[in-house]
Amino acid sequence: MQAQNHHDLGTPAANGPAVTLDIDGATVTVPAGTSIMRAAALAGGDIPKLCATDTLKAFGSCRVCLVEIEGRKGFPASCTTEVAAGMNVRTHGDALTKLRRGVLELYVSEHPLGSCPESSRCEVERLARAHGIGGSRYANAHSARCHSEGASKEPDASNPYFRFDNDLCIVCSRCVRACEEQQGTFALTIEGRGPDSRVSASQNQSFLDSECVSCGACVEACPTGALLEKSSLAHDLPEKSVATTCAYCGVGCALVAEVSGGEVTRMVPNRDGRANQGHACVKGRFAYGYATHSDRVVKPMIRKRITDDWTCVSWDEALAYAASEFKRIQASHGRDSIGGITSSRCTNEETFLVQKLVRAAFGTNNVDTCARVCHSPTGYGLKHTLGESAGTQEFVSVQQADVIMVIGASPTEAHPVFASQMKRRLRAGAKLIVVDPRAIALVKTPHVKADHHLRLLPGTNVAVINALAHVVVTEGLTKEDYVAERCERASYEKWKAFVADPANSPEAMEKITGVPAAELRGAARLYARGPNSAIYYGLGVTEHSQGTTMVMGIANLAMATGNLGREGVGVSPLRGQNNVQGSCDMGSFPHEFSGYRHVSDDATRALFEAMWKVPLGSEPGLRIPNMFEAALDGSFRGLYIQGEDFAQSDPNTAHVTAALSAMECIVIQDIFPNETSKFAHVFLPGSSFLEKDGTFTNAERRISRVRKVIEPLAGLADWEVTMHLSNAMGFAMNYTHPSQIMDEIAALTPTFRGVSYEKLDRLGSIQWPCNDEAPSGTPTMHVGKFVRGKGKFYVTAYVPTTERTSSRYPLLLTTGRVLTQYNVGAQTRRTANLAWHNEDRLELHPHDAEARGIEHGDWVGVTSRAGDTVLRVEITDRVAPGVVYTTFHFPESGANLITTENSDWATNCPEYKVTAVQVVKVAQPAAWVSRRRVPMTEPAGS
Amino acid sequence: MTTVSVPQDAGALSLGADSVARAIEAGARARGLEASVVRTGSRGAYWLEPLVEVTTAAGRVAYGPVVAADVPQLLDAGLLDGAAHPLRLGELAAHPWFAGQQRLTSARLGIVDPASLGDYVAHGGYAGLAAALDMSPHEIVRAVADSGLRGRGGAAFPTGIKWQTVLDQTAAQKYIACNADEGDSGTFADRMLMEGDPFALIEGMTIAGLAVGATQGYIYLRIEYPHAARALAKALDAARRAGFLGRDLRGRGRDFDIAVRLGAGAYICGEETSMLESLEGRRGEVRVRPPLPAIKGLFGQPTVVNNVVTLATVPVILARGAAFYRDYGVGRSRGTLPLQLAGNVRRGGLVERAFGLTVRELVFDYGGGSASGRPVRAVQIGGPLGAYLPESQFDTPLDYEALAANDALLGHGGVVVFDDTVDMARMSRYALEFCAIESCGKCTPCRVGSTRGVELIDRILSSRAEARVANGSRSADIALLDELCDTMVNGSLCGLGGMAPFPVRSALKHFREDFEGVKGVRSVRELTDLTP
Repeated sequence: MQAQNHHDLGTPAANGPAVTLDIDGATVTVPAGTSIMRAAALAGGDIPKLCATDTLKAFGSCRVCLVEIEGRKGFPASCTTEVAAGMNVRTHGDALTKLRRGVLELYVSEHPLGSCPESSRCEVERLARAHGIGGSRYANAHSARCHSEGASKEPDASNPYFRFDNDLCIVCSRCVRACEEQQGTFALTIEGRGPDSRVSASQNQSFLDSECVSCGACVEACPTGALLEKSSLAHDLPEKSVATTCAYCGVGCALVAEVSGGEVTRMVPNRDGRANQGHACVKGRFAYGYATHSDRVVKPMIRKRITDDWTCVSWDEALAYAASEFKRIQASHGRDSIGGITSSRCTNEETFLVQKLVRAAFGTNNVDTCARVCHSPTGYGLKHTLGESAGTQEFVSVQQADVIMVIGASPTEAHPVFASQMKRRLRAGAKLIVVDPRAIALVKTPHVKADHHLRLLPGTNVAVINALAHVVVTEGLTKEDYVAERCERASYEKWKAFVADPANSPEAMEKITGVPAAELRGAARLYARGPNSAIYYGLGVTEHSQGTTMVMGIANLAMATGNLGREGVGVSPLRGQNNVQGSCDMGSFPHEFSGYRHVSDDATRALFEAMWKVPLGSEPGLRIPNMFEAALDGSFRGLYIQGEDFAQSDPNTAHVTAALSAMECIVIQDIFPNETSKFAHVFLPGSSFLEKDGTFTNAERRISRVRKVIEPLAGLADWEVTMHLSNAMGFAMNYTHPSQIMDEIAALTPTFRGVSYEKLDRLGSIQWPCNDEAPSGTPTMHVGKFVRGKGKFYVTAYVPTTERTSSRYPLLLTTGRVLTQYNVGAQTRRTANLAWHNEDRLELHPHDAEARGIEHGDWVGVTSRAGDTVLRVEITDRVAPGVVYTTFHFPESGANLITTENSDWATNCPEYKVTAVQVVKVAQPAAWVSRRRVPMTEPAGS
Repeated sequence: MTTVSVPQDAGALSLGADSVARAIEAGARARGLEASVVRTGSRGAYWLEPLVEVTTAAGRVAYGPVVAADVPQLLDAGLLDGAAHPLRLGELAAHPWFAGQQRLTSARLGIVDPASLGDYVAHGGYAGLAAALDMSPHEIVRAVADSGLRGRGGAAFPTGIKWQTVLDQTAAQKYIACNADEGDSGTFADRMLMEGDPFALIEGMTIAGLAVGATQGYIYLRIEYPHAARALAKALDAARRAGFLGRDLRGRGRDFDIAVRLGAGAYICGEETSMLESLEGRRGEVRVRPPLPAIKGLFGQPTVVNNVVTLATVPVILARGAAFYRDYGVGRSRGTLPLQLAGNVRRGGLVERAFGLTVRELVFDYGGGSASGRPVRAVQIGGPLGAYLPESQFDTPLDYEALAANDALLGHGGVVVFDDTVDMARMSRYALEFCAIESCGKCTPCRVGSTRGVELIDRILSSRAEARVANGSRSADIALLDELCDTMVNGSLCGLGGMAPFPVRSALKHFREDFEGVKGVRSVRELTDLTP
């Protein structure tokens, strides 16, 4: 069922030159390639339709959209017939009405009126009624259904979010086509033929057991109640719809929340969304139930010691207590003894306020953000090479790419909606290079196969990128004109000489990287020849001791081959969290104000001081790992944490918890109790994305509005809590709406100068920079020239990580995500997504398993130099021999008990992706795991 | 050494041709006679099968129908010398059933050894390709266009125009796709050609490839034709080895090769766009047109899709010239058509004649009337979706336009004969049931309409069984059936749903009494006992 009030134009937009035709006597001008159906709908005269919807290619099966065209025989289908100049179309008349009634009566014969639970929205029933059909004269006692097989079978309710009722299906194939065209999973098919045709998931399996990834595109595409959200079945029709932005990954899908009785009853992707193009995934579309989960903390709580029970108090008391503790600590240990952490899960406005609170109210630059542990190398690396700490493209740019290189990312799991766009392009013929230790799904998935999979050993990214560059340079595949015009000559020459060194050749690097030289050479040639080659990368690039080096290496390669500054090319980090780009943009790092301006820059500081009317520090504050060190030293004692769970997400858990335990006042602001809140003294209830206004900035720098759908469960939105805390600290903040915060951001940040809520409402979304030069934003960066001026090449020598295998730790562990869970799982573990993934598993190659006597499903102990944990094993050749892999969504898995404190040389981003481990079979989960599995202490009074 | 030809055509085999061949070999050996049995295709006179021909100094002498038990007696009577015998038919060229035929496409059927390239060439084979190799693509296309050849699969689209469209496309790869999914009931011309003269099809496809610039051909063969598959495989191999296929054809620098792909038993895959889907490895579902296959066909490339008979006719056009071929036929229906006469008929088989022969001539002069000896009541022309013609229309000439003028169609040239015991209401039900079974399920009029139609006719049949002559609800049902026919004809995506009403409509028009139950109550009651 489509979103309420969506005006469906029937077929996708076309972009040919203008064509003028006559439809029912009116002159209509549309782009060539437009269907008659769409042309008529654009002109306001909708033609009846059942199998057509504007997200899918025309199919022509329902036969109710037939029209008459002067000079043509018969009744062509308006969905599959393209407009032509001078065409004269009649969309109604006696013959057409008779024909449509004839077809509709056949539909009604298998889908009786009133049979649909969504009778008022069911497209068949609506259309039949509109044509005055009250029933079917064919009605036959022994076959109300046309389907002879599967008739009256119980609906398939295996999927936790929707059910399929074959009896209501009209076999329009919209679900099948949505699965193919929009999602690209090809899980659905039509089984049987003729009257026995029916929708089948995989090989006639239940939806849950099939290859279905539960993106929900089929459910939205279904014109009847055959595929229907269970939430829709349980609720009345929505009272209102609110356009907002998804709070999961960095794709930032535009969604529409349908609300009934103060509850969200359904989430539907917004078809106008530029990032998601009307698509969503199992998380964004379905997994919003956590927002009203009973675990939500809805009352402020305090306690003197972390061993005490929580006491529920008023907002005023909690805020006053937090402020007094922070002031007490500062009085005795100095201004810099406290700090704050912004969250990549919160809005730009909230993030901006937290760093403002720290810098202005706390009077220190001790502010950092969780982006520290994911994409800080991206910010650093791209800023230094290209001049801006952000991805260069818009997502739709991928449709212009000829060669796509995916490095250290698994888009189908972590960025599924963008992965669908990428797969569409790959199905259309673009070439694919995958650089990953693991055979991610893209390596081979229906109708997509990587041309090269560079299956490198974890930790050897830089060696691979240097070898790729070596081939490009030594085989004369560089774009010299482009480089000469746009890059720093000296840096280029130096880089060129460096990569041309035979030590960087694929042959020399093969023993380090494990990538066959011929394969690597093939990939380098493919990338360099493009003509449009685009790089997409993820945390497999950044979370290494040479994360920043790798980002620079990627930028070098893109510059040398001329693959920056237009559509179809670029360097695009796939951001993990909904607002990780935004939190970085907003000045969350200790050394930078919003817009990536260093705190030591006097002019910038003066600007902020004038606006905020306080003196600001010119020295960078502490980064997260430094805060932990300082806490253990005793020089850092108070921390305000908005929406982050260090104790689970940061490496070397033992070290983190020791530091947290050492602090005197930890104020945590979150929606759920978590591992970190076990060390907190004040718990300020947070608000989910449904409960507030604001903006998120996605991986393509797109600023999108988050709109309040329901009232904050705890009474205050996060930005209000920060504001009140500031006021309690004695630094006045007086905002009545987040739009005022955005106005302040715009006033203080050149790249946001032109951003306002009014403009966002008008344009839908804006990609920064948005200012006088680019009033509608900037989809593609570095057009014409680099933001930096001249692009700068950096020499990227490969330095092996100190984390190496040995006889004690012979395997390399790397980590990643799975589609249905999200990060530390705080949200998704509180949804029915557990149906797909309810524990983290260790992927182990059959050879390594056999050598250790381990079988599928066994519990194994995983030991590293930092610690140990126990996981259940999945034996698979997705990982290479010598490499093991796990996800980190469940706290009991303790993946970060084993990760080490190694980190990126430039940004301290932890080296999550390489840990030397040993794996042994254990009889039962270790004591640590059992201990952890005791249910979390419930806060008193909540 | 005397050559004895025994068909190994599937029709002849079903009548015992193999045991006849074995009996001749064994009998000759036992008698110390020198005989070499050659397995040919069928001459097409199925009423005479198994038909044995002996090559004698005086020419080919035919005997038939021969069963294995006849062989000793035949040999003793001097079969190998062409001696007299009650089964002796003499030279077929002089036989009245053959004498009037105009065999161009089926000229070599039953005469040549289908596995022998030499035999094919000796009988005029590859003369067309030789001519084509000396012509430009445009000249070949013009020759085909000038011949007036139209698609013999049923649509009767001018072949030359189709080829010209493909020739006009610029593409790195073009294809020739031969539709050998002969699924119409009562048709067998494609099968006979592939089994009995496979090189003709191969040559025709090769010429098509030269004409439009395609280097690869596919034969989409229905899996129900295993003998044809074997015959094609042998012939393709022989042609490839002799340089008639593959790289550098006959040393002339052109490439063309052919692969056979087997269908999976779906009638709808005989519809050209479904066939292309199936060839690509997908579910056999109708594609929306446009784009036409000639512009975007197999694997999205410009593709000539032609039927077996069409392609097998191309060599004779190239070999003997467009004018030669065009001189046959009437009006806009030029050339000859291998008609397939079947059903309740005395002398069934393949009759190739120029367009213009009347139904009556075919059914009575060639067919000899019904096999049952009862009066012929109807014929169905053009397969299961073709119209039924009543006796009053038997003087209609068998050409595309004349039949269309009678709300009928020639289709693939199958003609099925029924005597006066036929129940036309049940035949209508059969047409819709066939449609329901074979529908791909994509478009609603066909997917749902066919089943609803069957149910509706059942309702009419059971009402009729109660012998209530004037029945209001039955009249309403008959009217609804007529409406359904309208919806299916005008609304269906392809010819299956669009044509399934043709037989129903013609039955309603010409044999309405079978629905209304006014006439023939006795036979009707018998038949309605079978209704579900």
